[in-house]
Amino acid sequence: MSSLLNKIINNKIEEADSYNIRENGKTVKRKENEYIKIVNKPNSKGIDIYVKEDTLFGIIDIPVIISESGIKDVVYNDFHIGENANVIIVAGCGIHNIKHKTSQHDGIHRFYLSKNSKVRYVEKHYGEGTGNKIFNPITEAYLEEGSTLNIETVQIKGVDKTTRITKAELQENATLTINEKLYTEEEQYAKTDFIVNLNGENASAHVTSRSVATENSYQEFTSDVIGNTKSFAHVSCDAIIKENAQVKAIPIIYAKDASANLIHEAAIGKIAGQQLTKLMTLGLTLKEAEKMIIEGFLK
Amino acid sequence: MLEFKNICFNKDGKEILKNINLKLLDDKFYVITGPNGSGKSTLAKIIMGIEKPTSGTILFNDIDITNKTITERANMGIGFAFQQPAVFKGITVYDLLKVAIKKDITKVEACNILSKVGLCALNYVDREVNTSLSGGELKRIELATILARKPILSIFDEPEAGIDLWSFNNLIEVFKQIEEDSKGITLIISHQERILNIADKIILLENGEIKEVGDKSILKDIFSCPKGGDLCE
Ligand SMILES: Nc1ncnc2c1ncn2[C@@H]1O[C@H](COP(=O)(O)OP(=O)(O)O)[C@@H](O)[C@H]1O
Ligand SMILES: [Mg+2]
Repeated sequence: MSSLLNKIINNKIEEADSYNIRENGKTVKRKENEYIKIVNKPNSKGIDIYVKEDTLFGIIDIPVIISESGIKDVVYNDFHIGENANVIIVAGCGIHNIKHKTSQHDGIHRFYLSKNSKVRYVEKHYGEGTGNKIFNPITEAYLEEGSTLNIETVQIKGVDKTTRITKAELQENATLTINEKLYTEEEQYAKTDFIVNLNGENASAHVTSRSVATENSYQEFTSDVIGNTKSFAHVSCDAIIKENAQVKAIPIIYAKDASANLIHEAAIGKIAGQQLTKLMTLGLTLKEAEKMIIEGFLK
Repeated sequence: MLEFKNICFNKDGKEILKNINLKLLDDKFYVITGPNGSGKSTLAKIIMGIEKPTSGTILFNDIDITNKTITERANMGIGFAFQQPAVFKGITVYDLLKVAIKKDITKVEACNILSKVGLCALNYVDREVNTSLSGGELKRIELATILARKPILSIFDEPEAGIDLWSFNNLIEVFKQIEEDSKGITLIISHQERILNIADKIILLENGEIKEVGDKSILKDIFSCPKGGDLCE
């Protein structure tokens, strides 16, 4: 279990201010402190995490591990962030499935950010073993005035099927940043949907997706950003495609107000020949050059 | 020594290089010059293996390299600085220098290499080699990756192009240094008189053919100055 934990959590879990480890559908270990409280939802369906107002630099780890084959775990995690609080939440999910049954984790994360609070949310998905591994994360975020939410998601290989939905509602001066990194191979399927509503004046959203699709994998990226008032959004989707992979990017930007400024950039293409040539003139083989370019791109 | 034997290069039914025969000797500094479109870059790319000749042979220290890959030639000691350097997302100057030099170097060592091309600040080392760098900065980094490798044969394709921001003197100093160290062969494609001035030999290419090889007197007609005197900038 601890090796899987290391794959999804970068920091040392014992050093976190609080944590909740969920394994095969049950909480197995937990730590709280006076600022961060974790309360079970009925029927072990998830947890409510309460962060007190003015909490400074709290770190919360909420890893989920599935090591038994054939488990379908649905979990609701709700984060209630007090005014002016500033926390880092690390949510990893690792599936170890060496059997033929399908293991699935559907995490539903809801973020309620009070005025001027700041959250950095890091999520990593990792799968190992030959059994089928499915993740369907849903993230909903409600950002009150002046709050900031920074979402970083990483999914590098090992996951057979993902449908990720991220929805956010932003009030005045709220800022949402999403950085997504994705690598698919074999027959993997990954679908990402971002639905962002900019409701308050000067709300802004910055969505950046970098992905690499190889072999027979399929990726689909949809972003739907609605500017209801004077607001700003920049969405960028940048994909490297190889072999028989397919990548589809569907940009929707909808300005419902003349002072909304919404930008969408999408680029899909194979690795530039000029980049490969340059690295080969430095002595790398074609394979090594490709590897370096892809690793840099997803760094 | 690098030797071209009857090198021809055709593309889209057009003869871009016509029967090139040329010998480049060790420890010499060569400059290829000639009009735009005369085939200078193509010739340089054929040496590096980026383009394959339609016919003919290339020998590098008596080894036939005509069918060797770019990687093999790089590892035999051929280096190439591109006229337009490639940009990368997520690859830093430090990453690139480590690849160039084939070993783990410290950031201070990387900075020392950069200082040779007039980029010193330690914070350059961690910059990504992307379009946030100016054309002149990219060009200097490109030169640094070649200098770092200490090639036996170094090729520079129009190193002066696009570096207006960088005081041109610095560039000349870099090449003077290379000329003085004079280990191996240096081949520069250039139109700059001050680079032509430090050449041991100038190769004039026109229309895919070598028109002349010699010292700078062969360029008298081209650089003749309306005000008299020898050469004009
Ligand atoms: N890959 C290519 N495909 C077609 N034409 C090319 C290609 N590379 C070069 N050329 C042509 O070959 C000629 C020589 O080009 P180049 O070697 O770049 O000249 P120079 O470097 O002397 O300006 C030009 O007419 C150019 O358009
Ligand atoms: Mg050229």
